[in-house]
Parts: sequence; structure tokens; C-alpha cells
Amino acid sequence: MRPTFSIIAFTTLSGIGYGLLFLLGLALATGAPTRPFLLFDAVHSLEPRYGLLAALATGSAFASVGLLASLAHLGRPARAWRALSQWRSSWLSREGMAAIATFAPIAAIAIVLVVRPDARLALRLLGLLLAACCVVTVYCTARIYSSLPPIRAWHNRYTVPGYLLLGLYGGALWLLVVHAMTLGAGGLFLWAMIYCFANAVVVAPAAALCKRAYWCQLDSLPAQGAGTATGLERLGEVSSFEQPHTEENYLTHEMGFVLARKHSRRLRAIAFWLIVLSPIAMIVLEWLVGGPSLFVGAAFGTLGIFVERWLFFAEARHTVMAYYGR
Amino acid sequence: MTALPPSSPVKLGLVIDLDTCVGCHACAVACKEWNDGGDFGPLPDSDPYGKQPNGVWFNRVHSYAVEQDTAQGKRELTVHFPRSCLHCETPACVTVCPTGASYKRAEDGIVLVDEDKCIGCQLCAWACPYGAREISPQRGTMQKCTLCVDRIYNETLDEADRQPACVMACPTRARHFGDLGDTESAVSKLVAERDGYALMPEFGYQPVNRYLPPRARRDGCDAKPAPREETLDGERLPGVLRWLDRVLSR
Repeated sequence: MRPTFSIIAFTTLSGIGYGLLFLLGLALATGAPTRPFLLFDAVHSLEPRYGLLAALATGSAFASVGLLASLAHLGRPARAWRALSQWRSSWLSREGMAAIATFAPIAAIAIVLVVRPDARLALRLLGLLLAACCVVTVYCTARIYSSLPPIRAWHNRYTVPGYLLLGLYGGALWLLVVHAMTLGAGGLFLWAMIYCFANAVVVAPAAALCKRAYWCQLDSLPAQGAGTATGLERLGEVSSFEQPHTEENYLTHEMGFVLARKHSRRLRAIAFWLIVLSPIAMIVLEWLVGGPSLFVGAAFGTLGIFVERWLFFAEARHTVMAYYGR
Repeated sequence: MTALPPSSPVKLGLVIDLDTCVGCHACAVACKEWNDGGDFGPLPDSDPYGKQPNGVWFNRVHSYAVEQDTAQGKRELTVHFPRSCLHCETPACVTVCPTGASYKRAEDGIVLVDEDKCIGCQLCAWACPYGAREISPQRGTMQKCTLCVDRIYNETLDEADRQPACVMACPTRARHFGDLGDTESAVSKLVAERDGYALMPEFGYQPVNRYLPPRARRDGCDAKPAPREETLDGERLPGVLRWLDRVLSR
């Protein structure tokens, strides 16, 4: 499948945004202290709620940019609102609705933090709602792809966990960055630090291993040939000797993308190690060097997600190519 | 609504005879011609007279070589294979549509795209294993075979002409149009008689169109060669066996 930039940006950025918002929602729901945990004896003039608001804004920005990028894929972007109508059967429609619905708890939390930051019960409930909305949205995003049987690289049990884990992973990377930037060096929420270490030790390896299992499964799929596609296999061995058209058409252009499979080994290794090493590297470098280490680490981790997502689209074969003998 | 309508007793569709199709592409050209000017047209091309013309066609004709092992050695069949929308009974291209633009008609089962609602997200084209849908970059919307719904009910045409353009154009009558939901219809009888089959039924979309497989060849290649006679000179056998051979040979 052709790896369209708009779709890669949509799935990765919205995944990171909702991952970040999920972690924030979880922190609020569990009643995590909104007071910064001070590593050193640094004294902060900044009120902790501004740290939470900054995280909320960053997560919303990632999600919004991702959603807007998805519009660039449409032939008629001005009609995008119509996509919110068929939630009864379409995962794309459900994704759109869930994505928009998530902005309700985001807005409510922002208002509560500004107007009544001591309303702890409200923040707990809204945090829980936000976390739930984020999971539902990313699940729907993954289901858009995993519900398409003609693309076996998507229609399998690894797609949904892959999207959820990498969303969580990217969200944790950027949550750490935004906290460090708003609260300053030496001051972090304790829960943000727990997320940061959990990301490096649990989520990143889990996501990378999930992708490795997915790639193994992808390599073991039997080839689909013209014989099965045409139903002529029972007559003998079928091979295409003449294409239906001399030039490219929409199908061969959109579904006959070969480049990724040529370089898949190297790109898979790049994605795997970027995902595994970035969160560890950013902690170690921050401790040793400081400076923009966190930002650079998060950027490399995000690059890992981008490469993974590029492969997710670009390596996938569509059944229709069997008719073309490709 | 992208929810599927209740299964209709009328299932309009095509039956394509792979035995008689000669791969002339007349069906594809006639389809392009009609649909460029019919109710759903035009079907604009990019760079139509240039080096890389590209445009939407509802019908594409593939050509395959089928290698067979026969008693007389290897043989190759040439099979021309027109590919178009199969108007599935449970089409995924309809249920994945987020806008309701893609729909299946309750009265005759034809799968259509409402151009005024389509946002061009292409999810339906991804969902179709048969490659029945192509997007038009010029129009920004998805295009597909309409089963010539603007011909088959068109009362301004002679009754004999109320057939899809591809069927009308076929010089070898390899294409047949009719109601596959009616077991007594000419197309249903043809399917029963010739063992017509559906493409890739494993997807579960229940295509309505049927393909008739090539008939058995009459080139004699399938005939089994007569088993070679073994020669035995009975007179050279030892006594008892010679007697046995003589008795059994009577």
C-alpha cells in the first residue's frame, strides 16, 4: 500500500496525543498529587496546575494536528463532517466521533483547573473519562485498518496492540518533555517520573516485541497468486501474461507499492532499536548531560514510531495485486 | 445508510463466460464510453493524449496463461478475465463507508456510490479484494461499476437495449446480464449448467456475479494413452506355467 504522508501523520501524531492525554487522565483519576516532586532543593514559583495545563495543551495539539492531517488524505476535505454519520457500521466514522468526543473531557479539565483547581473529585472523574475516551479513540483508529481482510498485514491480532502500545509509548515520551519544560529542571511530578521509567522498562520493549512478532507473522504469510484470485487454480498454474492496461492506474499506484519490502530488514531494525533505546537514552543523557536531552530523545523515539508506521502501510500487500501477478 | 438492506430476492448481476471471452477489451471500452456520458459521467482522465494517460475504468480485462499437466505433456490455456464490481450481497465496501455514500440498493442489490456524499477517503477501495473501485483525482470521489443502472431501467431505450453496455458490446456473447436471485432465470440456469463460480468466496462478501470456467479442451491431450502390451513367448515357459498360460489364454 502507498504510504501516504497524511495517513502516517494522522495515525502517529494522534496516537501520541491520545497516549499523552491517557497518561494525564490516569494521573488525575488516581488522585496523583498535583504538587511537583522536587529532585533537588529547587524551589518553584510555577503553580503545579500550569504543568498539568501544559500537558493537556500538548496532548490536544498532537491529537488535533494528527486529525487535521487525516483531512489531507480526502478527495473532498470540505465534506469531512459527513464522516460522523455511519458509526453503526464504519470504524472510520467511530474513530471520528470518539476523537471529537474526547475534546469534551479535555475542555472540562482545562476549565476546572483554571477555575476551581481544588475540586479533586471532579478532576478524578474527568481524568477517568479522559483516559477512557483516549483508549477508545486509538482502538478505533487501529480498527479502521485491522477490519480490512484484503490487507493481511493489517487484518491480524497485532494491529490493535501495536497502535495502543505505541500511542502510550509516544505519549510518555512527550509527557516527560512537556513536564521538564514547564516545571524546570529538578522538578517533576512523581507520577510523570514513574511513567517515564515504566515507559523505558515496560512499554518500549513490549511495543518493540509486539512489532517483532508482527513482522515474523508478516513474513510467514503464504503468497496470494492469480490462481486463487481468479478461481482458475483448479485448472492449473496461473500466470499473468498481459496486463489490462499499459500505464499505471489507481489500483497499481495505490496498492502496488514495492519499495518498502525491498528495504524492510534494515528499516525494521531501525524502528525496533529507535523505539527500544530512545526512552533509556533520554533518561541517561538527561542525568549525565542535561540540556535538550529529553527533547532529542523524544524526537528519536517519535522517529521510531514514524518508521514503524511507514512500514505498516508500505509493506502491506493488497489482495487485488494478485490479479496483476504482483 | 451504510447498514446493508435486508437480502433482496432480486440479485442483478453479470455472468462472464471465460470459455468464450477473447480478451478484445470491447466491454471495457464500451463501459468507459457509456459511463463517460451517462448519468454518472464524465469519467475524466489525466494526461489523456500524453505519455502517461491515467483514468478511471470500471472494467479491466486481464489475460492469463494456465499451465496444465496432461497425459500428453504440458499444455497452456489462454484465459481472458474481465474484472469489475461483483455487486456482493454483503459488501465490505458499503459497511466501511463513513459517510453513507456507498450503498447497496434494497430493490435489486446494485452497489452504488452517491457522489454528493462521498468524501474520497478511499477506505472502500481498500476494503474491496476485487479491485472494483477507483478514485477519480479530478472529481475527488470514488467511482465504480453501476451495472448501468441508467440503461437497464431506461424507458427511452428499446427494450432489447436495456442491458449493461459491456453486455451489449461483447462480440462473443461472453457476458450475460440477469437476475441471479431467480433460479429460473436464464443466467441462473447457465450458472447451474456450466458450474459457474464466485471469486474468492473465502472473504465472505458473497459476490453476485459468476464466472463460467473454460470448457474441457477437445485437443485429445487429456486422453489416456493405451497401455503398452507386454509380449510373452508362451512356448519358452517351463512346463506347468506353459500349460497354465495356454489354459488362461483360451
